[in-house]
Amino acid sequence: MAQIKEQVVPLAAEDKPLVIAGKTYRSRLLTGTGKYRDMEQTRLATEAAGVEIVTIAIRRSNIGQDPDKPSLLEVLPPEKYTILPNTAGCYTLQDALRTCRLARELLDGHSLVKLEVLGDEKTLFPDITETLKAAEILVKEDFDVMVYTNDDPIIAKRLEEIGCVAVMPLAAPIGSGLGIRNPYNIRTIVENARVPILVDAGVGAASDAAIAMELGCDGVLMNTAIAGARDPVLMASAMKKAVEAGRESYLAGRIPRKRYASASSPIEGTFF
Amino acid sequence: MEIMLNGKTQQLADGSTAADLVVTLGLTGKRVAMEINQEILPRSQFQTHVLQPGDQVEVVHAIGGGLAKSL
Repeated sequence: MAQIKEQVVPLAAEDKPLVIAGKTYRSRLLTGTGKYRDMEQTRLATEAAGVEIVTIAIRRSNIGQDPDKPSLLEVLPPEKYTILPNTAGCYTLQDALRTCRLARELLDGHSLVKLEVLGDEKTLFPDITETLKAAEILVKEDFDVMVYTNDDPIIAKRLEEIGCVAVMPLAAPIGSGLGIRNPYNIRTIVENARVPILVDAGVGAASDAAIAMELGCDGVLMNTAIAGARDPVLMASAMKKAVEAGRESYLAGRIPRKRYASASSPIEGTFF
Repeated sequence: MEIMLNGKTQQLADGSTAADLVVTLGLTGKRVAMEINQEILPRSQFQTHVLQPGDQVEVVHAIGGGLAKSL
């Protein structure tokens, strides 16, 4: 009787889950909640993206706001999503610190924050000297800091040493959709890191997200690429798949690039 | 008395508490956080904390936002 040899499909390198500040996540895509047409579109796109972490902004509550309109935290409840308050729009150390402290109070002591201290309105590049100072103070105040930074490997390492729980280099300017402008730096940051590295900002299309993941990033955070697409819900679904595909491609290990062809059919046995 | 609320002057009855201010804003039951003269006022103290004339008060909530710019 012929022995049927069991087919063993070689497994890709075992993936480790994404862990941020001690919490495990299955999804490696994080989304912002701005720029959507309305709350319903925000909800649908967030669901289509399959995300577990959503970033939100903190703003003044003004008289005359429609009290019957659903609020963001009713549409995206903290029981269902990990809420990541951000310091978007902060250009000074003090504004960033105040925003984080208000966010912690708003979310009942929740300590995870996304720190960004911006340099100027034209580029929205991070102000690194202020970002370093803010990170240090927030870590001392027991915040779990996910920090937006540029793609400088030395600064990324400093931010890790300060005690940030994740370092999030930009791929390109916020909202630019230019994609991964310096893959070599992103790769170097990933190689050196002991905390999760997430590309934050600059993604334009699903292929950009896949490239970020193929470079070995632990995740990607985006907002405009989804919210600004012609069909945000469809783009959210595309981004989900791109992040998953990029991760698998990274784990599977790509072939080396070569200048010349290498045939995939055997040369032996040809009849011509 | 007059306070600065979210960067604008606001008239309030003398002796108003932080909780009274939340009612005035029509935000009863909503998830908000408050800062008075750049210090956080815990929600547990809204009922008892009496506002003073000239206080700089910020009342904030969560809105959609991602990176740098929000709606």
